[in-house]
Amino acid sequence: MMKIYADNAATTAMSDTAINAMIPFMKEYFGNPSSLYSTGQVVAEALQNARERAAKCLGCEAREITFTSGGSEADNQAIVSAARIGEKKGKQHIISTAFEHHAVLHTLNKLEKEGFEVTLLDVHENGIVTPEQVKAAIRPDTCLVTIMYANNEIGSVQPIPEIGAVCKEMGVLFHTDAVQAAGHLHINVKEQNIDMLSLSGHKFHGPKGTGILYSAKTIPLTNIIEGGSQERGKRGGTENTAGIMGLVAALEEACGNIDAVTEKLIPLRDKLIAGLSEIPHSVLNGDRNHRLPSNVNFCFEGIEGESLLLFLDDLGISASSGSACTSGSLDPSHVLLAIGRVHDVAHGSLRLSIGENTTEEEIDYMIQSVKSVVERLRAMSPVWRDLQSGKREFIL
Amino acid sequence: MALYSDKVMDHFRNPRNVGTIEDPSGVGEVGNTACGDIMKIYLKINDEEIIEDVKFETFGCGSAIASSSMATELIKGKHVSEAMELTNKAVAEALDGLPAHKMHCSVLAEEAIQAALEDYKSKKAQ
Repeated sequence: MMKIYADNAATTAMSDTAINAMIPFMKEYFGNPSSLYSTGQVVAEALQNARERAAKCLGCEAREITFTSGGSEADNQAIVSAARIGEKKGKQHIISTAFEHHAVLHTLNKLEKEGFEVTLLDVHENGIVTPEQVKAAIRPDTCLVTIMYANNEIGSVQPIPEIGAVCKEMGVLFHTDAVQAAGHLHINVKEQNIDMLSLSGHKFHGPKGTGILYSAKTIPLTNIIEGGSQERGKRGGTENTAGIMGLVAALEEACGNIDAVTEKLIPLRDKLIAGLSEIPHSVLNGDRNHRLPSNVNFCFEGIEGESLLLFLDDLGISASSGSACTSGSLDPSHVLLAIGRVHDVAHGSLRLSIGENTTEEEIDYMIQSVKSVVERLRAMSPVWRDLQSGKREFIL
Repeated sequence: MALYSDKVMDHFRNPRNVGTIEDPSGVGEVGNTACGDIMKIYLKINDEEIIEDVKFETFGCGSAIASSSMATELIKGKHVSEAMELTNKAVAEALDGLPAHKMHCSVLAEEAIQAALEDYKSKKAQ
């Protein structure tokens, strides 16, 4: 049986480059970079070198890179820092979108309890926010705009440089959660008017538990983790040296391969979209064109996502869904609800996120497998029966 | 998948009694698409009040399908009064347990059976 990993948006397998970059820092270069003897200093130098390489990938300066435990920590620190800067000036309004990652949304919820006001912009049915919407929402008391680069579920890519330009013009800090975009789309923070950016190592074949917060040098950061003077005193704790080496090696490799990988993935993605579109009463989620080269996300009417995933797993396919049952709550994915999918339909969602190792044969197998499983589940679904008999109206 | 017991996976992969019954003695449908689970139970009950046949249709997750399948197995061939006593706990136990956040699936199965039996009783009373 075929074994297909189609959940690269959840996490990726580590590359040999990343693994090989880490091993020496778990063996001979185990020293603490804060130590003054040479065993520590050699690691401190490697760390500085890694910081410079990471900065080069993002188009910023080395001192603007903070290594974190991942995308969530970077999101938390970026937003809290901007909020603290804002409140000192009496600015307590933040603009974001309804379909951000929970690392952003839950941080915003916390700030709301402190008295901040949050405007969540509509992301439309295609999952895209416009710069005009951002401009219209900015108020004199707005201290931050935080909008994700690409959505993790439906893959829609936002007009980040244009949104950044609006923020720059209006004098408002702009943060982007680029966890799904980094290493997959070309990013240059200066050219794209980004003040702060979060990324996570394991989304581009680096290690889990690693991430970066880029923040322009003019922005004073607020600590999330108090401790020693690591990361310019802005993030306490002995550096995850091996992890950072793996992260930066993976980032360099991914950034160097963006064009080649994109060229390979787009035809595969489009073939998968075309194949799944043949399933009646289905819909592609997220903008058809402005989407990650790896992302395919559909809703199928009359079925539920978890049973779809379980049957696909039986067929060797690892995928994901925004159904309530897979989230452990009664509500389906907030992303699907944000683009206007009603509960009935949102429960029947499927995300396939392919990677550079995905083959055309695997695409064919996935199309065939999804078709057969959807058919099988519809055959036992009372909802599907009612839809077919006209007792219930089709939404899709 | 370690999320579910082998029994749950068996009833999910090979659900027993899937389908519908023509001219059923009773039909019960519970749940709604908003919460993500719908179960429909069809019963064929003879003059001795024995459940001769039972079928189900389910829209829902793996444990919802497995719970429906197991519930139908537990009442098939039983007297109506016996079927009335089916509990969600019995369904979950017969499946070698369900994860805590999936227990509501077994509750739904119990409710679907009860609804179908109530439908049978009200039809009979007419």
